[in-house]
Amino acid sequence: MFGYYLNLALRSLRRNLALTILMVGTIGAGIGASMTTLTIFRSMSADPIPQKSSWLFTPQIDNEGPAEAQSVRNISTSDLLPVKLTYTDAVALMRARAAPRQAAMYLTAVAVSPPDSQLLPFQVAARATYRDFFPMFDVPFEYGAPWSAADDGTHAAVVVLSRKLNDRLFGGANSVGRSLRLDKRVYRVVGVADDWNPTPHFYDLTGTYLGGTEQIYLPFTRAIDQQLSTEAGIGCLQRAPGNGWQAILHSECIWIELWTELPNPIAESAYRTFLHNYADEQRASGRFSWPARVALRNVQQWLASNHVVSSNIRMLVLIAAAFLLACVLNAVALMLAKFMSNRSAVSIRRAMGANRGAIFKQCLVEAGIIGVAGGALGLGLTLLGLLIAKGLFSGADVGLTRLDGSGVAMAELLSVGATLLAGLYPGWRTARVQPAWHLKVQ
Amino acid sequence: MELRPILSGMRRNKVGAVMIALEIAVALAIFCNAIFVIQQRLALMSRPTGVDEADIFAVINQWVGTPEDESARIRADVAALRAMPGVKDAYESNTQPLTERFWGSLLITLHPDDVGSLIGAADYFGDQRTLDTLGVKLAAGRNFTATEISDFRGTVDHPRTGGILVTRALAEQLAPGGQVLGQIATIIPLAVSAPIIGIMDRLQAPFVDADGMSRVVDNSVLLPYRFLFSRIFYIVRVRHGDLDAAMREAPEALAAVSRDRVILRLQALTAARGAVYRGSRTVALMLSWVCILLVAVTAFGITGLTSYWVAQRRLQIGIRRALGATRPAITRYFQTENVLITGSGVVVGAALATVGNLWMVKNLSMARLPIEYLVIGVIAMLALGQLAVLWPALRAASVPPAKAMRTS
Repeated sequence: MFGYYLNLALRSLRRNLALTILMVGTIGAGIGASMTTLTIFRSMSADPIPQKSSWLFTPQIDNEGPAEAQSVRNISTSDLLPVKLTYTDAVALMRARAAPRQAAMYLTAVAVSPPDSQLLPFQVAARATYRDFFPMFDVPFEYGAPWSAADDGTHAAVVVLSRKLNDRLFGGANSVGRSLRLDKRVYRVVGVADDWNPTPHFYDLTGTYLGGTEQIYLPFTRAIDQQLSTEAGIGCLQRAPGNGWQAILHSECIWIELWTELPNPIAESAYRTFLHNYADEQRASGRFSWPARVALRNVQQWLASNHVVSSNIRMLVLIAAAFLLACVLNAVALMLAKFMSNRSAVSIRRAMGANRGAIFKQCLVEAGIIGVAGGALGLGLTLLGLLIAKGLFSGADVGLTRLDGSGVAMAELLSVGATLLAGLYPGWRTARVQPAWHLKVQ
Repeated sequence: MELRPILSGMRRNKVGAVMIALEIAVALAIFCNAIFVIQQRLALMSRPTGVDEADIFAVINQWVGTPEDESARIRADVAALRAMPGVKDAYESNTQPLTERFWGSLLITLHPDDVGSLIGAADYFGDQRTLDTLGVKLAAGRNFTATEISDFRGTVDHPRTGGILVTRALAEQLAPGGQVLGQIATIIPLAVSAPIIGIMDRLQAPFVDADGMSRVVDNSVLLPYRFLFSRIFYIVRVRHGDLDAAMREAPEALAAVSRDRVILRLQALTAARGAVYRGSRTVALMLSWVCILLVAVTAFGITGLTSYWVAQRRLQIGIRRALGATRPAITRYFQTENVLITGSGVVVGAALATVGNLWMVKNLSMARLPIEYLVIGVIAMLALGQLAVLWPALRAASVPPAKAMRTS
């Protein structure tokens, strides 16, 4: 029976080709616009590390007092807590070892002198961090392994390269054990990380500038020794640091991220208590003159409080969804016109024994065909829209907004669903046609 | 125009009329919000920097290692850039206009004891040639002299300075209606206290596309510092038309001074403008497409539905024609009908548009929709409705009465 309906629907659509094209075009435009924005939205609000995002936490400590934070909103989350830590706090938290895994980190940059001395040195973004960074974030390794905890303690001159940089410097060969000059000092390669680029770049939302994502990892302790300054900017809310590197380290300026892995709710609540107690000790020792204010956010909470999905994208999604609604309304109108112009044929079918349900079903099959075709057109428009939308992304995010299998399925589902919905009322109306009346006036 | 028959006609085709009115309502709600957003983005993008963008490029220089003689190196670099053919002037700085980077800001006040008087602003470092290089006009006071320029090491050193320049917009905020020349300004977190010696006509802050920064975007402070840091900016002004050649030769001119460096970026300010406003431009572009598609979809929808309606009423039209109605009368009938339907649609649409906008104001920090946009939208929708109904109305008028009555 379905085959028969399909046949009838195709005939009917072909009979009224202009109207059919118009309906497919309408649905296609709506699907194209909403899928373009939805694809962008999904890639921006995706979970960057789904396997453990609810167990990775970043602490925040109010080190400037709530009143000061208000003056510079860009470096605080909506609850006016600073988005980063001071060196003092980062080191104190690392020393306390209150989490099974923890890593302080910051973005910096180093000039790399290639092993081939003919080539000019070049600048790459680097991340100064601790050993736990790699197992905590499940960083895959192509060669070698992370440096050891002992290397953190001895401020060792060791590095982990990204696959990209290893390709550039060593032609992709296993470079573990080779040495490399960074800022004119010699480092030993201990590992090469495989391609790894969590998006959004949750552990450091401020740090992409010029150099793109980091291509070298080195021990935090070593980077501090070498006075490698932060690339992501330093936020001083109120008091200026004094003179020199030591002054920055001892200032109330924030520039360090810290992430911990707290594998169960007990560990989480224990760390919360620890964090609060730490801030309260700072108050008691006279560093803070306000009650302790801290936060411990997991990955999703962190992304939400930093407004990673920009209001631009939210607005576009909203307007595109409204546009889809306009398109569906339009499809209802056109289908109504289309089905009703077909009343005489419907009357004949009714007279020959088709019941209302059969007519209704046939109308929906027709709507479904329009939905499938509209969905296909919408997919094409989505690809076009995503090309236009490339401009919404900066640096690291480019190339992410691909339409994957689930996106294609979603577009088709949305399209067929919307047209079926749009076909309900016109179909119902058509099924209620009085055959006798129409046959009489023929 | 007799409305009675139109109204009773509509009563017999409630669904069609309601559908058109709904389409118009939704289209209006989207249309006026979308053009408002587009207009806002365009306004954002067209704000002036106060700088001669067409003839300026910026070089971001990164030293390899930490040079001992940074101050001398910078002076040598600037001299080499100024000596290049086609180059009018150059200076060294901590930043450039139209850059995407924004992190922190400085706060400035004339009343250091009053925390509430702190005003957000951007700091530009420069020398006595900076104003000429940028093409920024001095509105009052005086420029720096060569002897006033001092070395500033990273973010952690704050030499004494004889004076600073502020923009007119910042001066207005520092002392509304008052005199700022000669007053001592305190700058946090640089811990600088210095008299304001000059007022610049306009110099936009570097962070133009950051959310919530529009209030302070024209607040800039020019400080007489040579920025000694691992990453520095050279701003170069060329003679009109020599930009491409100078940009090609600049890396070589700098390499001739020293090769121990990485040129991180070499960018014309026009390109910088394109880069910082990329997000805004894309939003405007995408919304423009939505508007075009929306108008097309709605117009086709109205045409389609009215055509069907006309076809359905061939008999009625034929009778009216036979009874003496002229062709213009038939056309007018459908046009008036459309005005009535579209009119009720825009009433609902205006309410929808306002609700949608209020939601965006609350959740997406949008501005309130000015009434002009509603008016423009309403006029556009009425015109759209008339245009869309024109073809079916003309078709209806061309129905020959005799044929219509025989075949229907």
